[in-house]
Order: sequence, then structure tokens, then C-alpha cells
Amino acid sequence: MIRISSLVHVYDQGRSLKFPDWEIGDMEQWLLLGASGSGKSTLLNIIAGLLKPGQGEVLINGTDLYALSARERDSFRGKHIGIVFQKPHLIRSLDVLDNLELAAVMAGLPVDHERNLSLLADLGISELAKNYPDQLSQGQLQRVSVARALVNKPDLLIADEPTSSLDDENASQVIRMLAIRAKDNGAALLIATHDARVRDHFTKTYLL
Amino acid sequence: MNIFKISGKNLTRNKLTTILNIILVAFGVGILSVLFLASTQINNKLEKNAKDIDLVVGAKGSPLQLILSSIYHIDNPTGNISAKDAYKLMHNPMVKRAVPLALGDNYKGYRIVGTDTTFSHLYGLAVQQGNFWQKDLEVTIGSAVASESKLKVGDSFFGAHGLTSNGDIHKQHAYLVKGILKPQGNITDNLILTNIGSVYKMHEEKHDENHSHTTTEETREISDKQITALLIQYKSPMSVIVFPRMVNQSTNMQAASPAMESSRLFSLIGVGIDTLKWFAIFIMGVAALSIFISLYNAMKERKYDLAIMRCLGASKFKVFFLVLFEGIVVTFIGTCLGLFIGHVALEVIGACQGASQARLTGFTAFPQEIYLIWTGLFIGALASLIPAMQIYKVDIAETLTKDR
Repeated sequence: MIRISSLVHVYDQGRSLKFPDWEIGDMEQWLLLGASGSGKSTLLNIIAGLLKPGQGEVLINGTDLYALSARERDSFRGKHIGIVFQKPHLIRSLDVLDNLELAAVMAGLPVDHERNLSLLADLGISELAKNYPDQLSQGQLQRVSVARALVNKPDLLIADEPTSSLDDENASQVIRMLAIRAKDNGAALLIATHDARVRDHFTKTYLL
Repeated sequence: MNIFKISGKNLTRNKLTTILNIILVAFGVGILSVLFLASTQINNKLEKNAKDIDLVVGAKGSPLQLILSSIYHIDNPTGNISAKDAYKLMHNPMVKRAVPLALGDNYKGYRIVGTDTTFSHLYGLAVQQGNFWQKDLEVTIGSAVASESKLKVGDSFFGAHGLTSNGDIHKQHAYLVKGILKPQGNITDNLILTNIGSVYKMHEEKHDENHSHTTTEETREISDKQITALLIQYKSPMSVIVFPRMVNQSTNMQAASPAMESSRLFSLIGVGIDTLKWFAIFIMGVAALSIFISLYNAMKERKYDLAIMRCLGASKFKVFFLVLFEGIVVTFIGTCLGLFIGHVALEVIGACQGASQARLTGFTAFPQEIYLIWTGLFIGALASLIPAMQIYKVDIAETLTKDR
């Protein structure tokens, strides 16, 4: 489903980083491991279509991501890739439900109200639908951002260091939640982390 | 949920800034629209009332004062002229129509104008109710006088001396309302018309009272007496140069041209209008700057929101438009509010005005006001352009991976 080949990223300072080739099948769950500064975020951004690599190609479902125009790539990302960032990055002037709807609107897809509500219910936060991000705890915000990443039924769910600021119990809860939600929604899962606690949950790993 | 709702939500989240910006825009537009409406209305009134009058002849003094008193009925007359001299001018071969005026009295601030039938021809007057005046002490009143003073046909009233409502009342004679004029949309709506004989009668000494001379013949009427002014229409435009010079040099009267004097008056008021106009433009400039600064500052914080929207699949242009749209919404609301304030303010000014002859109203609109709205939108777009342009520089990947 996803294949990266001969990827090279050149940093502003002139240092370049070569990434080993990688293939991810449908609904597979992978860990992207590496120490801080090893280029995990860079690779995630390249796969997500946010950062143009110096060389090489990223194929998602047969589409060469960097052969698309910037505009097509934005819309492709909206429709096929869901991203959970280290920080939730919700829009503060919109309530939880509107934040979910925003994902559909920005990708140019119709708003599916029922699905949004059931996503919130699956994540155990349906009572927060009308709350604003300021009123939520860190853990709740994290869940909302997972729900948002799943709104458009993506083929690939990417999570960047989802557990870095959580305690053991919450960390394993988030990891389980990501694994289950990705499976339920038919998406492949890719988690970038340097957190040792995450390793036990997955078998497939890609080391940088 | 669409881009408009997102803008709206963001604007209501920053209520104070939004309100400040709207008020600034509204202020600028409000002042501009008051100036615009007032100067257009004044201009219209000046032109309409002086439409068919080529020249005014009256006693020597300020030509502007002569015009103001005998055409616009605002100022005091310059004095009187001998009716005999006036009569000579009226029959000058260059004159097509000459209207004698005898001013001096009022009723509740509405001027009583002694004149003859040529006056109704000059302004194309027609009665709505009753008849034109026939005999001494009969009057025909303008439509505004009728509606505001509640005078009806058949009513009688006492005139007061002078041109403001607090003069001595002429108790010895009462005027009788014979008719009410159709609304003309000019100064005649605010006048009380009668014959010149009535005005004389009011100002006769007590012992002359029984000495009545009821005559409708105009030449008799103004024989050995004095009148206030003559409104003159030329036979041909050629007379513009010759006739005023003749009057000013060979008689002890003066001739004043309404066109020249009102343009002089307008250039005097114009200085004030220009100053206010620049002031309003300055306020608009401050508004634009304020919108620019608030959007620009907000960009530091909104960078994350906008990066997220990009990440969720929005194109650069969509996000660019979002920021631009917010600036435009603020100025659009401000402009509409400003136009509203302008109209209401002018209506209030009109209601507070003493002289009903030049009353301004806010209940009119001009097609040019559309330009004010366009200007507002343009300023909004201009002020938000630079903040919106920053969208193109934001590195989404870096913004979102970095800590807030």
C-alpha cells in the first residue's frame, strides 16, 4: 500500500539523510523507532506529504505523492492520511464537534454527523462534543485529535510521539486505542516513537 | 460548517479586537456619509431654489445676504428699494419676468412673502386645496407650513414683525388662509404667500387703518411705496453681462447673481467640508492599520490553526482566503454600520435644525454610497493582504512538530 524507495532528505545545513526502503501493507501496524534527532519526524512528514524530499519517491496506493501538484497533494493528504501530532493542535475557536467537521470540510468531503458522533462515542468522549478545547484535559484533547485523524476514513493513520508526555498507564491506553481504532477503521497504523514502553505492543518495526 | 463559519467563530472569539476595528471603520464611514449626504442635499437645495432666477435686485449691501434673504429665505434682507425704481427695471426690455418681493413678517418662523401672481408662475405653483390669495390679508400657505403649523383653509392668524418667531405681533390685522399649495420640494413649501398690499397694511400707521385700498392691480399696488427685492428672469442669456452692470452703476440698487453667490458660499463651506473629509479618511486609515496589526499579531497564534487546516487537506489559497475574508467581514460590517450611523446622525441634525428652509434629512440614499461600501471592502482586503500572505511562508511540518 505504501512504498518508499531511495529517499534522501537534505537539511538546510547541508547534512543529508538517507532512508532505507520500506513497504507497508494494508492495515499493517508499524513502529518507527529511533533516537531523538534521528529523523523520525522528517520521515513522517515526508510520508504525510508535508515535506518534499531531496530525492526518491513515496507511493501511496500507487499514487506518487511528490508527482502531484501542491494543491493535489494537500487534498490527497486530507482524504487518505490521518495524522495525530505530538500536541493535539485543535482549533480553539471551534468546539469538539466542529473540529471534527473541519477535517471533512478542509478535505472537501461531505460532513457525516453520525460518524463523527460514533467516533467520539468509541473514544469515550461523546459528552464533550459541545465543549471547547480550552475546557478539556490533555488526555481528552489527545482523544479528540485521534478522532479528528479518523474522520475521513483514512487509509493510513500516522502518530508522531503520541505517548511522550503521558504516564505509563495513559501511554498504554493511548497505544491500545490507536491500534484498535486503526483496525476498526481499516487503516494502516504508523507510530513514530523513541518510547520503549510502546515497543511491546507491536511486532513490525522500522529502525532509523 | 464552512470557511465563513470558521471566520465568524474566530471573530467572535476575539470580540474586543473585532468590535474596536468595526467601530473605527464605522466612524470613518459615518463621517464620510454625513458629509456626503449633507453636501449633496445642500447643493440640491441651492440649485433647485435658484433654478429659474437669473438675477436678484435689492438694496445695496452684501450680495450674498441679498441672495440668502430673497431666494433661500434664510438671512435678513439688505434693506428696501423704492417701488418706483423697481417698476422701471421690471419693464426693461431685457427682462422676461420680474417678481417683486416684500418681506418683513413671519408666522411662527415661516416667512410671510408679499408678492404677486408672477411668483407662482416663476416657481410653477399650484394649489392643493382652496385658492390663491385674491385680496389683501388673504394668504396661500406652503405645504410644509400647513402640515407643521396645523393651519387649514379658512383659519386666520396674526403675523409677527421680523423674521424670527419672537417679534412683535401685528394684532390689528389677521391673515385669512385661502389655500394650501401642492408640495413643491423647494423653498415655497415653507412660505406664506400674500399680496404686497397686505404687507403694507401691516406696517401702516394706526391712523391709516380705515384708509383701505383693496386693489389687485399690481402697478397700483407698488406705486409710491417700497419693496424688498426683485427676482428677475432674462429674455436672453446675453443680458448676463449688461444688465447687472446697468443696475449696479446707474441705480442705487444692487444686482446679485444666485449662481455666482451660491458657488461662492459653497467654496466657503467647502474648506470645512474638506477638513472633515480628510479627518474621516485619516480615521479610515487608522482603522485599516488597526485591522492589519490585529490580524498580523493574531497570525503568531493562528499559525498552528492554519497549519492544521493545511494538514487536513485545505489548499494554500483556501487558508489565504480565510484570513482575507475575516478582514473583509470586519470592514463590511463596519461600513454598513457607518452608513447607518451617518443616516441616523443626519436625521438627528435635521430634527435639531431651527430653520426649516434648509432642513436636512437622513431618509434618503444616493447610489454613490455603494462606492463607500466598495471602498470599505477594498480597505479590508488591503489590510489583511500582508497577514494572509504569510500563509504562503508557513512551514506546516515544522510548525506542527515544534512545541507550541
